[in-house]
Amino acid sequence: MDSPPPLSAIKDAKVLMVGAGGIGCELLKTLALSGFPDIHIIDMDTIEVSNLNRQFLFRQKHVGQSKAKVAREAVLRFRPNISITPYHANVKDPDFNVDFFKQFSVVLNGLDNLDARRHVNRLCLAADVPLVESGTTGFLGQVTVHLKGKTECYECQPKPAPKSYPVCTITSTPSKFVHCIVWAKDLLFAKLFGDKAQDNDLNVRSGNASTSDHTEDVFERRKDEDIEEYGRRIYDHVFGYNIEVALANEETWKNRSKPRPIYSKDVLPERLIKQNGNMDSASATDNPSSVSAMASLGMKNPQEIWSLMENSKIFLEALKLFFGKRKKEVGNLSFDKDDQLAVEFVTSAANIRASSFGIPLHSLFESKGIAGNIVHAVATTNAIIAGLIVIEAIKVLQKDARSYRMTYCLEHPSKKMLLMPVEPYEPNKSCYVCSETPLSLEINTHRSTLREFVDKIVKAKLGMNLPLIMHGSALLYEVGDDLEEDMVTNYAANLEKVLSELPSPVTSGTLLTVEDLQQELTCNISIKHREEFDEEKEPDGMVLSGWTPAPAVEKKDENHVDNGVGTSKNITNAEQVETNEDLEIVPADIEIPAEKKRKLSEISNNDGLGTSRVAAKTNNHSKVQDLDDDDDVVFISGGDSDPSKKRKLH
Amino acid sequence: MDGEELTQQETELYDRQIRVWGVDAQRRLSKANVLVCGMTGTVAEFCKNIVLAGVGSVTLVDDGVVTEAALSANFLIPPDESVSKGRTLAELCCDSLVEFNSMVRVSVEKGDISSFGEDFFSKFDVVVISSCSLATKKLINEKCRRLLRRVAFYTVDCRDSCGEIFVDLQNYKYTKKKVDEAVEFELKYPSFEEAITTPWKRLPRRMARLYFAMRVIEKFEEAEGRKPGETSILDFPGVMKKRQELCEEESFNESQIPDYLLERLVVGTREFPPVCAVIGGILGQEVIKAISGKGDPLKNFFFFDAFDGKGIIEDISNPDAAS
Ligand SMILES: [Zn+2]
Repeated sequence: MDSPPPLSAIKDAKVLMVGAGGIGCELLKTLALSGFPDIHIIDMDTIEVSNLNRQFLFRQKHVGQSKAKVAREAVLRFRPNISITPYHANVKDPDFNVDFFKQFSVVLNGLDNLDARRHVNRLCLAADVPLVESGTTGFLGQVTVHLKGKTECYECQPKPAPKSYPVCTITSTPSKFVHCIVWAKDLLFAKLFGDKAQDNDLNVRSGNASTSDHTEDVFERRKDEDIEEYGRRIYDHVFGYNIEVALANEETWKNRSKPRPIYSKDVLPERLIKQNGNMDSASATDNPSSVSAMASLGMKNPQEIWSLMENSKIFLEALKLFFGKRKKEVGNLSFDKDDQLAVEFVTSAANIRASSFGIPLHSLFESKGIAGNIVHAVATTNAIIAGLIVIEAIKVLQKDARSYRMTYCLEHPSKKMLLMPVEPYEPNKSCYVCSETPLSLEINTHRSTLREFVDKIVKAKLGMNLPLIMHGSALLYEVGDDLEEDMVTNYAANLEKVLSELPSPVTSGTLLTVEDLQQELTCNISIKHREEFDEEKEPDGMVLSGWTPAPAVEKKDENHVDNGVGTSKNITNAEQVETNEDLEIVPADIEIPAEKKRKLSEISNNDGLGTSRVAAKTNNHSKVQDLDDDDDVVFISGGDSDPSKKRKLH
Repeated sequence: MDGEELTQQETELYDRQIRVWGVDAQRRLSKANVLVCGMTGTVAEFCKNIVLAGVGSVTLVDDGVVTEAALSANFLIPPDESVSKGRTLAELCCDSLVEFNSMVRVSVEKGDISSFGEDFFSKFDVVVISSCSLATKKLINEKCRRLLRRVAFYTVDCRDSCGEIFVDLQNYKYTKKKVDEAVEFELKYPSFEEAITTPWKRLPRRMARLYFAMRVIEKFEEAEGRKPGETSILDFPGVMKKRQELCEEESFNESQIPDYLLERLVVGTREFPPVCAVIGGILGQEVIKAISGKGDPLKNFFFFDAFDGKGIIEDISNPDAAS
């Protein structure tokens, strides 16, 4: 029972981990145990209480501290002799450039958002460093291997776009609870407690009389207005009057069931607070973060679904508490899932609106999950996925390309498998990230500004961080710290111009070059002018093609939260999905289109220099082994006699 | 359930997992008592998972002392000799585990698991044993089965980059939501003894080979009076002979248990940390399912081999055995 030294491939490896969250903690532990001597880890987050049930390297006393740093200390306690370098920073920081990435043998992702994943994918491609990518949600998880030129990159397959909702679904015709949440959070909450200068669609409805002058007054608290009166006035306006106004538009309700206007006097007795409540019961402490409408009303259970009356009480109480106890913050609040009072307000407002539209009500717990984009997470899945990442990382270090697998962790077995390996695919030839395929953009060049193009296409769609936009040799836009002042002024002016009026006009047929210097990615976009866009189906007012993202997936389970809930225009949910690792592709029941793509093994001429850990041990055995001999259990290909699958051990 | 509410502290800490399995499941977890025997790297992973999940209590049994092998895959053991000197593996792991979740009671039971009486086992809802001899596995499993209350029994073993889990939930009833109605399911599990005495010829043709290979190793170790994992390459001829014997008894084709697989299991007695994470994770998930009554539990073997990356469930029960 002599102990085998760590494999030489591991011993010499220098690896970069991106993310020290749920997967990251497990991964760092497993890497350390497996003998990885030099690990760098980037994470910009600090530790929160709700991380502690799975991010086991962290304790209560670490709340508020850097994840990367605390994770390092925790692992050094059981593996004191390895080197761990933490960076409490955003992976998108310019310091983490191609040269930085080039120093690593492999990059391992345990990230929580699409944006950062795409960024790391590009840097890995530019630096030509292999990437092992991962994600989990609930009991589901996946691990994939990306190697430039050999396997598909992270962006070769379109990712489901974050779900967004048409403005009018949110403002006028909600049909699901999530629509009510978006309305309560992004419109009503923002209107009452957020920045007044922000545009807000709360009162925008097609062909209606309420002018903006009038509505501005409504949400403003009148001089000397009693707080409860103010609350009731808001209540009656948004749940009563606005619904009446909407009902007047008969066309809207032809094929929909009509909502019911709700007025506070019908739900609550007059002068509620003076009857039973008292403002001071909530103020056991003066700490604004502990102010709670539930507490002051004596309600305890966040799992309970409140009645319309209870929701109405919470609504008025929460509003009162904001103006009473947190007056200073009113005017610059933005919704935060960890802000109890904000969650209470949004839950009650969403539920009252839901009652109005005949949509089932939800508990505070559920509402918080939807409003905060909280992804479901358990420790076990993260541990399994981390184990699989290390297994793939070792194969990558051993350059054992033929045995790379993407692995799905399933909730229900498929073909008897809970862990299902699938051979990786070759790169997608039309991927604009790894194959430089030109894209085309339909846009109204007389109406859309350069700013809209930058925000909606360059940043949102192409995921660029520090873009540079060129028309031929003319620079239209650029971001950077070292720009001349006149250039900055120039670019700022360009941003506000419509495309056709730029110094170097962009019209139909123009070929724009968009570059990200940090990601070392260049895209060519051919511009096509188009006059009209469908407001519902094409809310961006521009359509990018040549690379088609999959339609947003509406998840079956109402509990399951869509990432980046938000609508077009002003109802954009700027909030980042929080600290969990969301899964981009959820393999409920995976079917692999075997014929469509060739598998890696068919294109690889790697001649079995790969000896995995186990193979290395078996090497001294001088018999040709058919290692994949029960391969037909896997349904990745119909072929049962693919000779490339057979592998020799020596 | 009985309407007891989770404390605010619990709701806050377990928020993300309650979103996965619900409040009822969380309540059941917080009342479950788990016994764990054999502090291997895989078991350390498992313990971490269920302590984080918030079970009621975990009791650890392992009087072994720290060795290099024990240390290699177990992150619960501090490498500092001044800390570990004179203490058992169970004690050291216990010290680390209590830090993970103050709401879980973690304790140590000293002694030889095979000498513990039925009374002892009746205190638990779940029993997990690892690195035990074939005889001990059978013995504990039988003791658990004789109890009036149902005790979920698991064995888990990792060798080289392979892992095996065995599950015995006896008669297990659970409900599942199908569309709108709750449908009741019942699974009848064989005991460990019943499962492994199922004639090999009667098993499905496409069985995980690891199953047979593990039985060969198990029988070899038993015949030679070895402790689990006490093998080396020198034993390979003996193991091959054991394979031949068993295959003859079972009228089974020897080529179904490849040499290279047996060799890996004989030589690679040291655990492989990534596999510990995978197997410890799957086992954690299964124990959580069995306690919470949520989800389809696996029946009754699980195999993982890092070599091909497959994690396979096999149902190995003798259709003739009276259950
Ligand atoms: Zn690509």
